[in-house]
Amino acid sequence: MLEEKRRVSKEEALSLFKNADLLGLGMWADIIRKKLHPEEVCTFVVDRNINYTNVCINKCTFCAFWRDADDADAYLLDHETIFRKIEETIALGGTQILIQGGLHPNLDIFFYVDLLRSIKERFDINVHGFSPPEICFISDASDLTIGETLSILKAAGLDSIPGGGAEILSDRVREILSPKKIRSSRWLEVMETAHRIGMRTTATMMFGSIETPDDIVTHLDAIRRLQDKTGGFTAFIPWTFQPGNTELEAAGKNKKAKSRTARTAKISVQSPATAVEYLRVLAISRIYLDNVDNIQASWVTQGLKTAQVALRFGANDFGSTMIEENVVAAAGVSCASSLDDIIGAVRTAGFVPAQRDTLYNLLRVF
Amino acid sequence: MLTSIREKVLAERRISEEDALRLFESDDIFTLGALASHVANRKNGRNAFFIRNRHVNPTNICVNRCKFCAFSRSKGQEGSFVLTIDDIIGKLCGGQRETATLQKKNHARRALRLTTKGFSEVHIVGGLHPDWPLEYYLDMLSAISKRFPKLHIKAFTAVEIDYFSKISGRSLKDIFRALKKSGLGSMPGGGAEIFRESVRSSLCPEKISGERWLEVMETAHEVGIRTNATMLYGHVEDLADRVDHLSRLRDLQDRTKGFQAFIPLAYHPKNTEIEGSYTSGIDDLKTVAVSRIFLDNFDHIKAYWIMLGEKISQLALLFGADDIDGTIIEEKITHSAGGLSGERLTAEQLVNLIRKAGKIAVERDSFYRTIRVYP
Repeated sequence: MLEEKRRVSKEEALSLFKNADLLGLGMWADIIRKKLHPEEVCTFVVDRNINYTNVCINKCTFCAFWRDADDADAYLLDHETIFRKIEETIALGGTQILIQGGLHPNLDIFFYVDLLRSIKERFDINVHGFSPPEICFISDASDLTIGETLSILKAAGLDSIPGGGAEILSDRVREILSPKKIRSSRWLEVMETAHRIGMRTTATMMFGSIETPDDIVTHLDAIRRLQDKTGGFTAFIPWTFQPGNTELEAAGKNKKAKSRTARTAKISVQSPATAVEYLRVLAISRIYLDNVDNIQASWVTQGLKTAQVALRFGANDFGSTMIEENVVAAAGVSCASSLDDIIGAVRTAGFVPAQRDTLYNLLRVF
Repeated sequence: MLTSIREKVLAERRISEEDALRLFESDDIFTLGALASHVANRKNGRNAFFIRNRHVNPTNICVNRCKFCAFSRSKGQEGSFVLTIDDIIGKLCGGQRETATLQKKNHARRALRLTTKGFSEVHIVGGLHPDWPLEYYLDMLSAISKRFPKLHIKAFTAVEIDYFSKISGRSLKDIFRALKKSGLGSMPGGGAEIFRESVRSSLCPEKISGERWLEVMETAHEVGIRTNATMLYGHVEDLADRVDHLSRLRDLQDRTKGFQAFIPLAYHPKNTEIEGSYTSGIDDLKTVAVSRIFLDNFDHIKAYWIMLGEKISQLALLFGADDIDGTIIEEKITHSAGGLSGERLTAEQLVNLIRKAGKIAVERDSFYRTIRVYP
C-alpha cells in the first residue's frame, strides 16, 4: 500500500487495527510524517484554554466538568475575568485563546456576539472557539440555521473552530456515551459549513471508552471524506478517555452504584486506553488521513514521555502549551517553565521545537 | 545501516561494543525494537513477567551523598526516618485482607506458594546508617523470616553489602553466609549507576567504585546468591559510558551466570544536586532495546515501571523487555526525585498492561518460576 501510493481502504484500516505489528505501523506512519514534514520540526501553539461556563445541559457520561445551573460550584465568567486571562496570555507570548464551555440554558447568540466583539475590540488575538455542540446549541436557542449562526459569529470575530465534541463519530457509541449530544451528522455539518465560509477547524477523536476498532475506522473515514470535500481541517487530534471523576468510571468500578442517569449503569470502562493502544490509533490515523497535514500528540493525556514517542508514530505537533489558570495568576513564571518543559521534551526526542500560530505558520524556531 | 548488526543478532552471534554504540546512535527505533523483540522472543517467548512484591526502605539516613539522589538525609536532618524491626513487620502485615480474598479465589495449593501476605517477595534497600551494626540487619532478616517463612527476601545492594563489611570488619563471603543464614533469598541490582570512574567521581564520589560493585556481585554469585544488575542513565554519562557499563556486566555474567535480570533505570532530576532533565521516552525505549540485544547472556530485561512510568514500561515490552516488576505498594526513592508514576499497581492493572501489549502475563516468583499464567 505504501509503495503503490494509493489510499488505505476502510477494510484495510480495520485489518491494520487487528493484525498489524505496532512497530511496523509506527515505521510506516513515521515515513509518512517525514514526507509531509521533512524539516523534523515539532510545532506547538502558545494558547490558553478559557472555559466560560461549566453549566451544561448535555451531561455526558465521560465528562467530569459539567454542573447544573443551581449547583454550588456552577459558574459563568464575566467579561472582565475573560479580558484579564487574555491579557495574561498575550503577555506570555500567546497567539490564541481556545474558548469553550458548557451548553448553558440561559445563553443565546447575543451573549456570544457581544463576547466576541468585546474581545476583538480590545485584543489582537486569534479566537479559536465553540465546538460543534456549542454551535448547534446556539443556533437552536436562537432559531437560526447553522450557516447563519456561523456567519454571525464569524462577523463578530470568531476565527476558527476547535474539533471537540466529535468523541466517536458513530451514533451507536454516541447513543450510549453522550445521548443528548449532537449526532455525528450534525457535527460534520457544522464543520462542513464552517469550512465553506472560510473558517478552518481541527478534528478530534476521544477513544478508549466503549468503542470498537470498527467505530474508530468509521470516525477516521468520516473525517477523510469531509476533508476531501472541503480541505478545511488543519489537524487531527486523537486522545484517550480519562476516567477520573466521571459517571463512566463510576459505572465501571461499581455496577450497582447509583449514577446520575439510569443509562450510565449499562456502561462500564474498566481501564483507560494504554500507551500501546494510543500509539496504534495515532499511527493508523497518520496512515489513513492522507489529506490532513498535521497530527497532534496529546501530551496532556499521555504524559511527555509517551508524547515524545508519539513523534515517531505519526505525530508532528505537540498541540497547546496550555497556560494554566492558577500558575499564571500567581506569577506568570510557571508558564515559562511549562513552555520550557515542552521545548526540552521536543529537543530530547530529536526534533526542533517551534512555536506556530493557529494555521500552522511557524512563528519562532527554538 | 544496521545490516551487519542485524545479521549477527539473527545468527545468535554476540554484538561488539562498537555495534552497541552504533545502535545507541541510530535513530531507527523500529529496527532496534524489532531486533530486541527477536532476542526477547527467543529467550522468553511471548511471556512478560510480573511479581506481587512490596518495597521497604528501613532508613533514608545515609553516610554517602550521591548527587543524583533525592532520598538520602543526614542523621537528625528534617525528613530523615528510621524503621524499627517492628515497623517493618507492621508494613509487611499490611496486605492481610487482600490475601484472604486471594486464598478464597485460588485453590489452596496455589495460595500456599504465595506468602501469607498477598505478596511473595519483599525488596529491602536503604541508606548506609552511621550507627546500625551488621547484627541489626541480621536481626531484621531473622525476624522477617520467622514471621513470614514463605516470603522471599530480596535485600541490600552491593553498596550496602560493602558497608556491612566495613562496619563489621568481616569478609564479603562471611557476610553473605551470615545474611543467607538469617534469611536473605536474593539481591537487587542497585548502586551500579555507571561504572566508569570519570562519571562516578562527579556523580557519586563517596560510593564504592564500579570494580568493587562487580567484586561484591561476583562474590555473591560464588556463594550461590542470585542478583540483579542496574544502570542509572540520563545524567552526566555519554553513550560510550553506557556501553562500557553493559560490557562489564556481560563479562561478569559470562563468568558467574549469577545475574537474573538487567534493569536500566532512567534518571529523575527533581530535588537532586545535578538537576538536568528527564530522559526522553525514546531514549528509554532505545536503552531497553540495546540492553536486550547486547546482554545476550542475561535471561531477563526489566522495564521498572516506577522509573519509566507505566506507559513507557508497557511500550518497553515491544522493545525487548520481558518483565515490568510488580505491585511495589510503597515507593520512596524515585518519588523523592520527582517520580512520574504512582506508587502501586494492582496485579490486575499489571496484567492489563501486559495483555494490551499483546504478551502473555505470567506472575512469577523471585527466581522467575511461574506462579500463575493469565492467558
